[in-house]
Amino acid sequence: MAHNPLRQSPLAHLGLIARAGQGADDAGIILTEAPFTDHIGLRGDGADTAFAGAVEKVLGFALPISPNTVTGKAKKTALWLGPDEWLIVVPFGAADKLIAALGKALTDVHSAVFDVSDSRTVISLSGANARHVLAKGCGLDLHPRTFGPGSCAQSTLALAHILIHQTDTAYRLYIHRSFAEYLWAWLEDAGAEFGVSISTP
Amino acid sequence: MSAQKNRLGNGGRINRGKPLRFTFNGRDYQGYEGDTLASALLANNSGAVARSFKYHRPRGIYSAGVEEPNAVVQLETGARTRPNLQATEIELYDGLSATSVNCWPTVEFDIGAINSLAARLLPAGFYYKTFMWPKSFWMTYERVIRNAAGLGKAPTAPDPDTYHKCHAHTDVLVVGGGPAGLAAALAAGRTGARVILAEQEHDFGGRLLSERGDIDGIPAGDWVGLALAELNAMEEVTVLGRTTCFGYYDHNYLGMVERCHINAAKSMLEPKDGPSERLWRVRSHQVVLATGAIERPLVFADNDRPGVMLAGALRAYLNRYAVRPGRKAVIFTNNDDAYRSAIDLHDSGVEVTALIDLRVDPDGPLPDAARARNIQVMDGWVITRVLGNRRLRAIEIQRLTADGGAITGEARRIDCDVLGSSGGWNPVVHLHSQSGAKARFDDALQSFVPGPARQAERSAGAANGAFALDDCLGQGHAAGLEAAKLAGFKSKSKTKRPTAESIDEAPLKAMWIVPGEAKPGHGSKHFIDLHNDVTVADIELAAREGFHSVEHVKRYTTLGMGPDQGKTGNIPGMAVLAGALDTEIASVGTTTFRPPFTPVTYGALAGRDIGEFSDPARKTALHHWHEQASALFEDVGQWKRPWYYPKAGETMQDSLNRECLAVRHGVGILDATTLGKIDIQGPDAAEFLNRIYTNAWSKLAVGRCRYGLMLGEDGMVMDDGVTARLAENHFHMTTTTGNAARVLGWLEEWLQTEWPELKVYCNSVTEYWATMTVCGPRSRDLLAEFTDIDLSAEAFPFMSFKQADVGGVAARIFRISFTGELSYEINVPASHGLGLWTALMTAGEKYGITPYGTETMHILRAEKGYIIVGQETDGTMTPNDLGMDWIVSTKKDFIGRRSLSRTDCTRPGRKQLVGLLTDNPSEVLPEGAQLVFDVKPQPPMDMVGHVTSSYYSAALGRSIALAVVKGGADRMGETIHAPLIGKTVNCKITGPVFYDPDGSRIDGA
Amino acid sequence: MFLIPCPWCGERDEEEFSYGGEAHIERPKDPDALSDAEWADYLFMRKNPKGTHFERWNHAHGCRRWFNAKRDTVTHVIEAVYKMGEEKP
Repeated sequence: MAHNPLRQSPLAHLGLIARAGQGADDAGIILTEAPFTDHIGLRGDGADTAFAGAVEKVLGFALPISPNTVTGKAKKTALWLGPDEWLIVVPFGAADKLIAALGKALTDVHSAVFDVSDSRTVISLSGANARHVLAKGCGLDLHPRTFGPGSCAQSTLALAHILIHQTDTAYRLYIHRSFAEYLWAWLEDAGAEFGVSISTP
Repeated sequence: MSAQKNRLGNGGRINRGKPLRFTFNGRDYQGYEGDTLASALLANNSGAVARSFKYHRPRGIYSAGVEEPNAVVQLETGARTRPNLQATEIELYDGLSATSVNCWPTVEFDIGAINSLAARLLPAGFYYKTFMWPKSFWMTYERVIRNAAGLGKAPTAPDPDTYHKCHAHTDVLVVGGGPAGLAAALAAGRTGARVILAEQEHDFGGRLLSERGDIDGIPAGDWVGLALAELNAMEEVTVLGRTTCFGYYDHNYLGMVERCHINAAKSMLEPKDGPSERLWRVRSHQVVLATGAIERPLVFADNDRPGVMLAGALRAYLNRYAVRPGRKAVIFTNNDDAYRSAIDLHDSGVEVTALIDLRVDPDGPLPDAARARNIQVMDGWVITRVLGNRRLRAIEIQRLTADGGAITGEARRIDCDVLGSSGGWNPVVHLHSQSGAKARFDDALQSFVPGPARQAERSAGAANGAFALDDCLGQGHAAGLEAAKLAGFKSKSKTKRPTAESIDEAPLKAMWIVPGEAKPGHGSKHFIDLHNDVTVADIELAAREGFHSVEHVKRYTTLGMGPDQGKTGNIPGMAVLAGALDTEIASVGTTTFRPPFTPVTYGALAGRDIGEFSDPARKTALHHWHEQASALFEDVGQWKRPWYYPKAGETMQDSLNRECLAVRHGVGILDATTLGKIDIQGPDAAEFLNRIYTNAWSKLAVGRCRYGLMLGEDGMVMDDGVTARLAENHFHMTTTTGNAARVLGWLEEWLQTEWPELKVYCNSVTEYWATMTVCGPRSRDLLAEFTDIDLSAEAFPFMSFKQADVGGVAARIFRISFTGELSYEINVPASHGLGLWTALMTAGEKYGITPYGTETMHILRAEKGYIIVGQETDGTMTPNDLGMDWIVSTKKDFIGRRSLSRTDCTRPGRKQLVGLLTDNPSEVLPEGAQLVFDVKPQPPMDMVGHVTSSYYSAALGRSIALAVVKGGADRMGETIHAPLIGKTVNCKITGPVFYDPDGSRIDGA
Repeated sequence: MFLIPCPWCGERDEEEFSYGGEAHIERPKDPDALSDAEWADYLFMRKNPKGTHFERWNHAHGCRRWFNAKRDTVTHVIEAVYKMGEEKP
């Protein structure tokens, strides 16, 4: 948060950085808030080559067309949200330029590009019992046979709407900011029986 | 502490090295690890442990499982107390304390037993017949009846334990850990399929635990151990003990409760690590039901005396718990299986004084084995009398006539202190039936067995009517393979199924009521449902009184309505009903099997969805600032909104007055973040808004805002809000806080299902923006310190929009007003919200900037006569009713338009929005108060409307109210009355705008 | 709880969906041409069959798409799902 003293994550007042590293070494759950990545909402017809082609040119990779999958690179990913809806995740500060570039590339194509960076924060969940904690509140089948790195899905976790993206190392939980405090508390509670450790991004 | 008189010196699955102390009805006892409360009580020769529900007759332990109707207890006291638990289902732990329910003051001396003498006064339907007059007295009667019935006591303190829930997905769920279930789980697990095996008891093996025999040439208990070891070693197999599958729902969704807290080493009273119970919600591709069977009793005179038990339960106590259930045993049966009990009792040194078989000349290996032990087999005889009130002393038997319909000859007396009866076994078809399938009546078994499956399930073993051990193993194995295969997993190698010796059994002979000296109900009682004291006579009476449907008979007699849900009594009850109606059992049918199979605690169902987790509290980016400022919060949907900000020494009204006057005379600031915000883009966006809103949008200039009213297709007001045109094809819509998700859903529904040709994308940006409304005559001065743009009324007029830098942050500013004052709604990305708000507060100090909450917002808008959807409207108000026909276009179609010309929407006498001024200016009407034109001394009065909003207005120095009144628009100036308790408030009907009716303040003072 | 096959996301728990009532009810092209009774019929009257029912669902907590389903109201078997605008199976 040194980059902008005015910006605050929805979990800022929980003092997570101060609490980091206090959990047991063998904690089954590792929780991290990973705030302040930039998020762009993108709408358009994925089956329309004019749209998909224009976007691919700007992003440098093709949008995921297969439902509930993710494409991209480490610092720029696109998450499938619906047949005409994606979430593009880029590092802090990169949204404005990309929005402008997408807007320009899509001038003549029916589409919508909009900044949603501040709509959600991301909670990263890892550890040996990560899947068990999610199973307490989420009806998705997250077994490796059906869900793995590169998968994403929208569903409900506890009583909140959630977007889950599994990476090679963690589940990234995209949570709307007004629900973030609720969900964080729920995750700590649900993870308690496995031991919770808080870490810094 | 009394000794365990009935404990055998060896055998059983108890740990004699681990004695456990416990208290029952205030008396101290000892049992062993591995005991249930019931087995420990029997070991201590407990005798009567309960009183029955209606007649308060003494009752003893009857069964060894979930079917127990008698031994119903209250476990522990205080916050962890649990009522109505079956002693057969309670694993013993050190320090356990339990008491009987249904008796007052004690089991030995029970005042309610007087009911037994007055039994003739308590026939079926007694409560319905007696307590329905006068009708209004039912509440009084009910209280007395409940006290007398004593169905246990709910805890009064909050439950100190935690309960968790989890979802599970699996290829094959196997319910039941007996021989069939274990064989099924092994077969399915070996294919690599994901398997969950759930067993309601802590020990796996089911009936094997209670029997003597071998599987695959080794003792069955050893085989169970090997099977479990193999299952536990499989990565994709989850083995769950102490887990009851209680419900089978749609699309192979099953509910299970895992009791995690039970541990013989640990008292239930101690706090535990982790959850007390865990609710499993399982979605399984395929299900194998290996739920076993429950024995049914024979129904004879006074078959409820302590010492009368199920025959299978006798050998369960003997073999599993090493408890001798009595010294002198009698077995009464209509089938071969009960011979096993006689044989096991005999082999353990219990004297079997007689085996009474109502069949003539039973033949086969089991009868032969009994005879070989010199057990006296009395075939063709039945029990006609039971002697002993608090404890079985003897029975009398008589010979059946040749046709079996009556008794004949001299009675013979046989001494005994325990009696096991068996009328055959009923497959546990509960889950199968809950799945939607219909159980079928099997004539050979005289019971219901699973019918054709309706979901992806199959039954195996005893649950499927195959009682022989070898059949259980074979069916279980086949079912496991089939389920795995249908879930996509083929057997990798040929695995052999487990086998056991086959023993031939002759068919049973059905006899639903054992004939006696007198007809049932005359002198003695033939009990069907021991828990609820339902007798043969009750069912026959119900049939005579015209109750022919089994569902009606159940409710009229309370058959099967106790905590045991009639697991022993239902089938005999249906058979007796069939007899009374002179029809077949199959055509009487069963009552509907509903979840749960056994009782489930509220704690498990609630899980962690309690307290702070019962409903998410949505918080704005400014929430913690409000908390620091001592705001009180109001729930609006899931949002927490500041209600008002009290200062020390202020009453609520003082705070509101201060906040209101600050906005009217200086500057106030409101957190409006919770308003719904929808980003609308596309070439057809304006046309889309034309169809969604009642007014026209095509000509709205870029940079301008417009208020819009949204109707349902029924013409009723659904939502309202201001929408700004950001660009030719780009709009920013706002909705009410509570309707944000609903409105977005509404827009999507029309776009996707009705108008897919419209090129429009709608997206929620509610969470993206933090919104603060700076409002009041000094708001321009304040905002000018944060932005370079021209804020003059000419450059930035009312109902317009600017994209601008505010305090270093890219913001959207809307010059709109919900108060009638000069007002700027500033939107910044949410993470910047707190920074900007704090800066505004600091800079605003010199203007006396005052944060205000929703209550002040409501007062200020009511002063201006602005409606709130959901307060002035209730789903029955049209724009016309609200006096808002000015916003309804007549030149285009829109959702709801056609409905506005329906006769009901145009008729005179509809309720219309008006203002009310009380004659007494300091009187504030209660919201919701009914209004009348003609006051009568007492109700009923002709109600013509009600108060929708009512406040004290500091700006006006008097109370104001909004109301809806029939034909109100035509009755301006008339007097209307609000009859309240103890007084009637008189008011004048006015227009709804109380403050600054010509809008002169909108550009600032 | 139903297991509903979203045409895009596949099988998901019912709690992710919202129900949209009877399918294939078209909004009249010219509402003014309808009598009050005909308009009321469009507005309020819905089929409630025992057996096959064509109905709308919205994958509200998933991909937000509306789709149609053919469901047996007795057995609750969902016999087919199909996208908006596609032919009834």
